[in-house]
Amino acid sequence: MKHVKTIAKPELNKIAKNSGCGECRKNVCEQK
Amino acid sequence: MIHAFNFKNEYFVYDVESGSLHEIDKIIYDILRGGDLSAYDEAEIAEAKQEIVQLKSQGLLDAEAPEYKPQEKRLDVKAMCLHVCHDCNLRCGYCFAKEGTYSGAREMMSFETAKKAMDFLIDNSADRKILEVDFFGGEPLMNFDVLKRTVEYAKKRGGEKGKIFKFTTTTNGVLLNKETSDYLNAEMDNVVLSLDGRKEVNDAVRKTANGKGSFDLIIDNFKYFRSIRGDKSYFVRGTFTAKNLDFSKDVLFMNDLGFDQISIEPVVLPEEHPLAIHESDLPIIFAEYEKLAEEYIKRRQTDKWFSFFHFVLHLDDGPCYKKRLVGCGAGSEYLAVAPNGDIYPCHQFVGENKYVIGNVNGGALNDDLRHAFARSSIFTKPECMNCWAKYHCSGGCNANAVHANGDMNKPYRTACEMMKKRLECSMYIFAKEKAGDVF
Repeated sequence: MKHVKTIAKPELNKIAKNSGCGECRKNVCEQK
Repeated sequence: MIHAFNFKNEYFVYDVESGSLHEIDKIIYDILRGGDLSAYDEAEIAEAKQEIVQLKSQGLLDAEAPEYKPQEKRLDVKAMCLHVCHDCNLRCGYCFAKEGTYSGAREMMSFETAKKAMDFLIDNSADRKILEVDFFGGEPLMNFDVLKRTVEYAKKRGGEKGKIFKFTTTTNGVLLNKETSDYLNAEMDNVVLSLDGRKEVNDAVRKTANGKGSFDLIIDNFKYFRSIRGDKSYFVRGTFTAKNLDFSKDVLFMNDLGFDQISIEPVVLPEEHPLAIHESDLPIIFAEYEKLAEEYIKRRQTDKWFSFFHFVLHLDDGPCYKKRLVGCGAGSEYLAVAPNGDIYPCHQFVGENKYVIGNVNGGALNDDLRHAFARSSIFTKPECMNCWAKYHCSGGCNANAVHANGDMNKPYRTACEMMKKRLECSMYIFAKEKAGDVF
């Protein structure tokens, strides 16, 4: 595209159902 | 929902639901913001609009929110703030802990209470494997023996139950000598060193009991700790107030001293406090964050590389969706325990009787209070639901909301505005560093 450069596209909304292992917790997910 | 912003005449659009970030030309920015398009010809406008349509069709702009039913947070406990000492050897002018006492008596936690707190954490952690304990105060090193015995006990009892403990200590550095430093370096997964920056800034608010500045007392202790810490986690963590709104100088000063993991936070105080930050200060603070962002990018190309807590933003592989709704988990997965064993939703509520959840020595827990915290999320905060930053701040600090507005579901607006500015800075830095387009 001429006017747009995409920097990041994690598609956060597509993985909502699979998230929440409960092992992470005075902003990288260790479980990937 | 999208957020288009201009940072130093470079233009970006962030797509809230997909988490996508795009660097865009001004014509796209003007179209998205409904700006004046008279400077562009019709062909250019048509081409730009076509690219916007293309982004939308790819799910990278104005993407749909996931179908997700709001749930209560889990009540099994993940992390505990252990107040091993309600006393302090400093008298900082802004301390929410009131000289470490939380408006109560000066008090040390006994080892018996600390053991019961560890038992409570383990027994109420369900199937979580990784548990976290923050040694806090007051000044936790004033109760160093109990701290050490608690670590030993937690590791032993946790090992029997298949739990892995991660420990953190927050210290003002006064008692940080070779013995305590070597111990913390060996046993702590993270150590937070409290320092406000330049000597004159630090000493204006962080004073000893006899009213002298603390900088000269602690700085060599912190430097020694840094020298032995290697690549393990630590933070030099400061607070800025109305007296040092030029706080970027304090961050860079701490970096010049050799520290490379740095955080500085805006003070939260009642409006009338002489050190309080007001909404009218925000333009100065925003300019300061921008100044810091530009210098940050430059320094990270040199031997003065450092990490600034609020500019760490992994857009490609950050926390999962569910985690972004939960926030810190205060009152549900995160609790604080006072020296007498009383349990609170978090360290910022300690000493407020109406927020006592129970006691580690036994008795019933206030489940109504825990459920109130467990229900609270961006879904219960109307202002957050319409905010582009909601998946990064997770609804903000409940304690700040309660203390500012009397309601955990009404966010503290000044903190919201600063969070949004820091996010714009972080996205700018992320874009520059990812593209290798640095100064």
